[in-house]
Amino acid sequence: MSVKIFKINEDLKEFMPQEIVDLEEKATWGNPKRGVMDLPYAKELIEEHSLCAGCPESAAFRYILASLPNPEDTVIVNSTGCTSLVFPHIALHTVHPLFGNQNSVASGIKRVLEWRFPDKVKDVVVIAGDGATIDIGLDCTLQSFFRQEKITTICFDNEVYANTGGQDSGATPRGMEFKMAPGGKQWDKVPMWQLAIDSGCHYVARLSVSSPKKVEQVVKKAIYVAREVGPTYIHLYTPCILEIGLNADQGLWEMRQRDKERFKFFEYMTDEAKEVIERKKKEGLL
Amino acid sequence: MPEQVKTEKVRYNRMGQRIVSPDYLLFEAPRTKHFITGSEAVKEAAKRASVDASISYPITPQSEAAHMLGELWREGYIGVYFRGESEFGVMSEVAGCAMAGARTITTTSGPGTLRAMELFPMWAGSRLPIQLVLMARGINSPLSIQPDNLEIYFLLDTGCMVWHAETAQELFDMIIAGFVVAEQPDVHVPVITAIDGFFISHTREAAYLPPEDIALPPYDPYKAPMPPIDMEMPPGRFMRDPFVMKSNYISYATHASWQFEVRAAIERSRPYAKHYLRGLVEHFGDPEGEVLFIASGTAAAQAKEATQILIHEEGIKARVLRIKTIRPFPTEEVREAVKGAKYIFIPEFNVIGWLEREVKRALYGYTDIPIFGTPRVGGGMTMPPEFIVQEVLRIIGKEVKHVG
Repeated sequence: MSVKIFKINEDLKEFMPQEIVDLEEKATWGNPKRGVMDLPYAKELIEEHSLCAGCPESAAFRYILASLPNPEDTVIVNSTGCTSLVFPHIALHTVHPLFGNQNSVASGIKRVLEWRFPDKVKDVVVIAGDGATIDIGLDCTLQSFFRQEKITTICFDNEVYANTGGQDSGATPRGMEFKMAPGGKQWDKVPMWQLAIDSGCHYVARLSVSSPKKVEQVVKKAIYVAREVGPTYIHLYTPCILEIGLNADQGLWEMRQRDKERFKFFEYMTDEAKEVIERKKKEGLL
Repeated sequence: MPEQVKTEKVRYNRMGQRIVSPDYLLFEAPRTKHFITGSEAVKEAAKRASVDASISYPITPQSEAAHMLGELWREGYIGVYFRGESEFGVMSEVAGCAMAGARTITTTSGPGTLRAMELFPMWAGSRLPIQLVLMARGINSPLSIQPDNLEIYFLLDTGCMVWHAETAQELFDMIIAGFVVAEQPDVHVPVITAIDGFFISHTREAAYLPPEDIALPPYDPYKAPMPPIDMEMPPGRFMRDPFVMKSNYISYATHASWQFEVRAAIERSRPYAKHYLRGLVEHFGDPEGEVLFIASGTAAAQAKEATQILIHEEGIKARVLRIKTIRPFPTEEVREAVKGAKYIFIPEFNVIGWLEREVKRALYGYTDIPIFGTPRVGGGMTMPPEFIVQEVLRIIGKEVKHVG
């Protein structure tokens, strides 16, 4: 159906809110070369997010939505947490299933969309926090990798349960103090990117969202590989500036510090994934 | 040939089965006699229901039915099928399937039902017309795999319709009717078709089935009250503005009204369920019976046997009101049926007596007839008709003549 679903009945256009009219007229549809460089000019697919001022997660959302190669046929599955506060503001089909079952719901959606629309490309992207991906939802996350589901999973790792008020998660580094780790967390940060590799993901990347172009590249690679080969995983550092005591203008600084250590850019791909990526590069899509 | 074929274009589903109306499939098509288990009834019903997707997970006693749904997938009758990671995962996966516009069926039992519990209100709140065939067994602890239908009680207020079949034949018909009723645009909530595990799933009985080359019309997700998640329709307002996103009076009121709406949708299923199930209740025995059993599932089957003994051997007028739909609950039918009764007995295969609670709620302030929640067995114990008769005779103060 693609962009036709965003066409507004001419007779009703004058009554529609401006942001809906803009979606039809100024958003980048039907162009796989769209990307973060469109951000200043095109209508974004996210409308006035409800996160804290300066939240790096909001930047991640904007970069990812600007980079989807096929937004007119992309379904996004999310989970509970700060991310779920944003989904009502996204102009695509999004699902809030429950806390932790996002990859299972996405599996069902992807398989049925393939069955119902065998001649169409429908991308399914999971966006969930570290608690949802690594703790409560680890079973569903890994099992979807084992089953080789053709979905892209993006984890927003802020290293804490932020929306519930700051409790340590599996992604919290050892020693960091949060409300359920009095005296500091006693265990190591779960290396989710490595679990993803071991569990069968064909493309895995770990990075912070300090560089919009880099985010665009990994998102596009992950989606193209998931379409043709199998599961892909992106681990993004999106610090909770509120919970680690930073100001609204310090998120980028924080990410740049971590870029040099535990969120140093890391990329993994299988041979099949590499073939897809090389081909897409030749086609000018990467 | 059915009449509609003469006037309408003949349509076929993806498997090449001729599409017929639900009424034709359920009531008019010629039927032949088969000797099947309840698990096979699930397969035979799904085979004729143009099912798009099914996800499974092993747990006794439902595993065999789930295997056979896999066979149907292999044969091409079902579009999507695999084994999920747990019941929580499976009920999430079928939710995804249904959101993406599929007619979806799955099965579970006992501890699996409780493992998946978080999903059932989510299905209902998302208005997904998923069919869950529940083959009830005991729940832990202690560990039990025996027949016991306590778990049905946990499901009654999840926002799903809950139906309770007595036989494999009825399960077959209920599964087909379940899709039809659950997918009505003004209903569109999940349906749980329950049976008592082992008693129905693993025993063979005669069942009459329509031919296997005809099937229900495919599900049309674009008639749903909520848009399917397929990017073929504009994103729904529900998804763009969930109620939780605001903390104010309007959002609380909206959330409350949505819960009422889900329950109202179950209420709106009544006329459809009445039609496709031929009534929400079944009457059996002496219409003037002073001893009235109110029961569902296999407890009703045992009560029917007990009724025969009471009438023919003990000289006591007795009857059974068998309840087919627990949600929606047939309140009017129950109130009508108790007229003329002197004693109401509610035999159940669980220790808590959920049907007794339901009946008492329906009858509170309406009748003075004494209601006895007995006999009640659980943990896999059987309920022989003679035992029921003894209980009845003891309570109404009559001598036990012939059984004992």
